[in-house]
Amino acid sequence: MKRTVFRNRWLPYALVAPQVAITLVFFFWPAFDSLRLSLYRASPFGDRLIFIGLRNFERLASEAAYFRSVATSFLFSFCVTVVGLALALLLASLANAKIRGLTVYRSLLLWPYGIAPAIAGIVWLFIFHPSFGILPWLLSFVTTYQFNWFLKGWVAMVLIIAAAVWKQFGYNLAFYLAGLQAIDKSVLEAASVDGAGPIRRFFAITFPLLSPVTFFLVTLNMTFSFFETFGLIHAVTQGGPGDATSIMVYRAWKDGFDGLQLGFSAAQSVILMIVVITLTAFQFRYAEKKVTY
Amino acid sequence: MSVFKHLLLGIVAALAVVVLPTASWAKTEIQFWHAMTAVLGERVNEMAAKFNASQNEYEVKAVHKGSYPETLNAAIAAYRAKQPPHIVQVFEVGTQTMLSSGAVYPVYQLTKDNSITIDWNDLIAPVKTYYSTGGNLYSMAFNSSTPILYYHKDLFKKAGLPDKAPATWEEIEASAKKLQAAGVKCPSSSAWPSWVLVENMHALHDQPFADHANGFDGLATTLKINGPFGVKMLDLLARGAKDGWFTYNGRLNKAEAVMNAGECGIFMTSSAFIGNLTRASEGKFTWGTGPLPRLAGFPQGNSIIGGATLWTLKGAKAAEYKGVAQFFKFLASTDNQAWWAGVTGYLPLTNAAVKAMESSGHFQKNPNQRTAITQMQSGKTTPNSQGIRLGNFNSIRDAIEEQMENVLSGKKTAKQGLDDAVVKGNEILKEFAALYK
Repeated sequence: MKRTVFRNRWLPYALVAPQVAITLVFFFWPAFDSLRLSLYRASPFGDRLIFIGLRNFERLASEAAYFRSVATSFLFSFCVTVVGLALALLLASLANAKIRGLTVYRSLLLWPYGIAPAIAGIVWLFIFHPSFGILPWLLSFVTTYQFNWFLKGWVAMVLIIAAAVWKQFGYNLAFYLAGLQAIDKSVLEAASVDGAGPIRRFFAITFPLLSPVTFFLVTLNMTFSFFETFGLIHAVTQGGPGDATSIMVYRAWKDGFDGLQLGFSAAQSVILMIVVITLTAFQFRYAEKKVTY
Repeated sequence: MSVFKHLLLGIVAALAVVVLPTASWAKTEIQFWHAMTAVLGERVNEMAAKFNASQNEYEVKAVHKGSYPETLNAAIAAYRAKQPPHIVQVFEVGTQTMLSSGAVYPVYQLTKDNSITIDWNDLIAPVKTYYSTGGNLYSMAFNSSTPILYYHKDLFKKAGLPDKAPATWEEIEASAKKLQAAGVKCPSSSAWPSWVLVENMHALHDQPFADHANGFDGLATTLKINGPFGVKMLDLLARGAKDGWFTYNGRLNKAEAVMNAGECGIFMTSSAFIGNLTRASEGKFTWGTGPLPRLAGFPQGNSIIGGATLWTLKGAKAAEYKGVAQFFKFLASTDNQAWWAGVTGYLPLTNAAVKAMESSGHFQKNPNQRTAITQMQSGKTTPNSQGIRLGNFNSIRDAIEEQMENVLSGKKTAKQGLDDAVVKGNEILKEFAALYK
């Protein structure tokens, strides 16, 4: 491999400086700010800032609802990641076959990613609205069970998982498609010659060779479902019914922006930050060992 | 190089177009941030344009900043960055937050400092008491409404019911059961679950919502909604939800979409929904209105108002505040009030405007717009029905609606749900009190 050598000692630093600056200003500064704010009781207009130590965290620890919210977040994140990746991999394998109109299929499959989460939420609301949505109407011919997610927590949960999976689907698919195309055909052909069927080929060759992509996507989807799904939840369920879909990021947002309890919200975002950092570190420490690059 | 030169020229020209006209007129600009959408947003622009045309010293710039919470957050961020708008529209649940904020230039003070006289005594009583402290008005009344009952005339006919709004919960239950039997999917429902079914029902039956006269005599510390009345009311709704004659259709105003679609027989929401429903039902179905239903065996109170008021924020120049005061004078004028109430369905805010609308025959042509006014005039204003003023009320409303869902889905009894809402609500109140102790 050819090594690039910079003659000028400062040039490399100058080149990375903008990225470092952006990271510092937009990531580290807010992160430290919320760390600081989490120790205060702060008034909305900023005229009062009372240091209260760990009181915000104690308040969270005393709330059974907060632990439910943590559990809900994990369940949500797990389902979104597993279901999302399985589906993307399945469809990517199919879209990787040699069929007519392949580019059209591929483009169509990538579409949902271009939709903002809040818009996706609205679209889903119209399809699944218990009173005038098309799906409940169709289901009413099959069963008399009321899929009313305004009141049934598990239906609401399934609905937002499905919406999040759908929303992230194009992105996952794009990566899997790219990954599949990078696999050397001769390896698969050799396996065929040795008598391996399509399923055997998939699990013995394709899936292991895709492991870097899978690893990347797992990390990414997990982060997505922990952090970026609040727009979707806000548009569809507002965390309800009860607190059935009130995941951590939604609660933090709600207590901060709807409830104007800034310190309390900051404490929640600190916990969220710790959870996601831990999960990511855990993945890199253990799961990455199983990845073959 | 020449490309660059052209580009530069273009930028200069564009800037000139943008900057010059405002500079040459040199009107004093007044930023007015609001949360009105769709038709209501257009009306606000119309109002600002009328004011701007009426004089040439000030230019009110009405800027839509999203939902009520989003608008409030935008104003807070701007205030903290020392770039506050002059006027911000804040919903009624944000009233205590604003009063405690220390960021407000009270409207009674503003008009006094600028020698503008507005006859505050002419404001209709519910609006005046809700937004006054110590007899002084702190924010400019703007859009106020109160919940009323709507009924779908065609569905009533289909179910063999008389063309009359049910006046009590007993009548609602009986009518809704008939509607249900006639195959109506949403026999009865309500938008704004906490505002209509908990807050207003308590006020209408003269029941306390929180201590310290619902927060009017000092910061409230305890919610009172788990008393016999609150439990009985929610029990009734839970029974309705179980038996299918009452349907729950989501938080905030989400349920309005179902009424707009013509699916509900009986529906409760803000009187300001009249405009929307008129448009949505045109050529599809007919409807009527009536006062909120009463529950037998409890005293008479009054319904309370919702909506928003305009707050003036500290931090602008004296000359600009003069313009704000002028604008408020324009808003309070009988002409403007009668026009605004007529085109939106919000309550006319002054007695003079009510009279003007009566004498112009507006209510004869639009009897549904009279319902809310009649309802409020026939009620009794007591410490329990003058309004509700709580710190972080928005979070408390969330807590209540969360528990209502648990109760209506049968996960908890009415008593359990309300007890839990009170525990959470008190915690929020405690935090707020600790902040402003």
